[in-house]
Amino acid sequence: MSRDETEAKRLRALRREIQPELVKLERRLFLRSGLSLGALSLLSGCDLSTGTNGTLIDRTLWAMSRANDRVQAWLFDPNKLAPTYPASMIDTPFRFNAYYPPDNIPEIDEATWKLDVSGLVADKTPWTLQKLRALPQESQITRHICIEGWSQIGQWSGVPLKAFLERVGADLTAKYVGFKCADRYYGSLDMPSALHPQTVLALDFGGSALPLEYGYPLRVRVPTKLGFKSPKHIVSVFVTNDYPGGYWEDQGYNWFSGI
Amino acid sequence: MTVSSNTQFRITVIHPLIVRVTHWINAVAVFCMLFSGWAIYNASPFFPFVFPKWATLGGWLGGALAWHFAAMWLFALNGLAYVLYGLFARHFARSFLPLSPRAFWRDAADAVRLRLAHRIGEYNAVQRVAYLVAFLLGILLVASGLALWKPVQLQGLAALFGGYEWARRVHFLAMSGLVGFILLHLALVILVPRTLVAMVTGRARIPLDPVETRS
Repeated sequence: MSRDETEAKRLRALRREIQPELVKLERRLFLRSGLSLGALSLLSGCDLSTGTNGTLIDRTLWAMSRANDRVQAWLFDPNKLAPTYPASMIDTPFRFNAYYPPDNIPEIDEATWKLDVSGLVADKTPWTLQKLRALPQESQITRHICIEGWSQIGQWSGVPLKAFLERVGADLTAKYVGFKCADRYYGSLDMPSALHPQTVLALDFGGSALPLEYGYPLRVRVPTKLGFKSPKHIVSVFVTNDYPGGYWEDQGYNWFSGI
Repeated sequence: MTVSSNTQFRITVIHPLIVRVTHWINAVAVFCMLFSGWAIYNASPFFPFVFPKWATLGGWLGGALAWHFAAMWLFALNGLAYVLYGLFARHFARSFLPLSPRAFWRDAADAVRLRLAHRIGEYNAVQRVAYLVAFLLGILLVASGLALWKPVQLQGLAALFGGYEWARRVHFLAMSGLVGFILLHLALVILVPRTLVAMVTGRARIPLDPVETRS
């Protein structure tokens, strides 16, 4: 399926609108490749992606990040709900955020799209959008906090991930729930966060089907974690005890990133 | 200070070992927190300026956050050790009390007329207030930082600051206040360099028969 011309135009316009942010993103990606300028470069050339193979400083920072994962898992209260807001506080327009510009959003055909389920689950039958919509839906107006610091209030609705995992007979004692996306993004959650009542497989944004730039046709929404922990355009869910990492986590963002 | 050449001195410890160790650990921790914090601010600035690249630590946002979330433990735990020592060994009571508004205004007036004596081993009222403000800013930085790190788990604390977005501004303003303190602190060290030696060795020469020495 080729993208509808008006939709393509809209995304190109969006790209022009957010050009300054894109320049920043490109700079960020450039700096990540271990290259850092300035007087502190010797001290700060953090290429955290090297994990345990890096310099002493990189290894120390990596170890501290893993220790912070454990502290955060301990701080996480599975019953504590993220604050919710009235509809009047919803931010519009909502920011587009990805590791690529909006006209690179993956093209997805609703007719052939399906959600694969694998790993430690009883029922590995793929899910269609229709089947997902037939499950009980939950709606939330919560604050999305980006790792960059900015935040916006939005409305998401969909299937609580806990209900979905129970439905497919997932091993709820497993450590991780992982996600793969149509845009080659990937991510994972600790099981307690995956089972949190506000963690949803979101089908709708602002009361209607997810627009392309916010994760069409299905995204994860985890209001107890930073934004990058909520992958968009997901095509696969799996349950595992082997650490699955994530697109940004494997480059050095803290994995737990609870808020 | 005017001291005649035949004055007798005694060497005395003016900064106990624990104060010196926590001071220098704090200096390293604050350096890391400031420079990584500025890099984090640059990722999404809320004022019409960013910090220059040379004044950032971490190379990219992920590196800066890794520094910030590692050094925060050093800053908080070292600060806690210092505060416990200050309270239980009566270091605070001895060094920073008594403190009265009258003494502060008197010493401040002397300071602007450049008539304030520097008595080694003893803080004047302006210094006492400056250190008190720095402690309070440190506490505010930790509290607002916790609200930013955990605005859901610690939502009561975040609400105290007026929510996540206000906590960001409070964190930034507290940082600015601490930077102001550091600049003043460094300027005074440059003016009276022997205070730097004292913070390393802990020792200072004090005249045996201290006379009123206003220069």
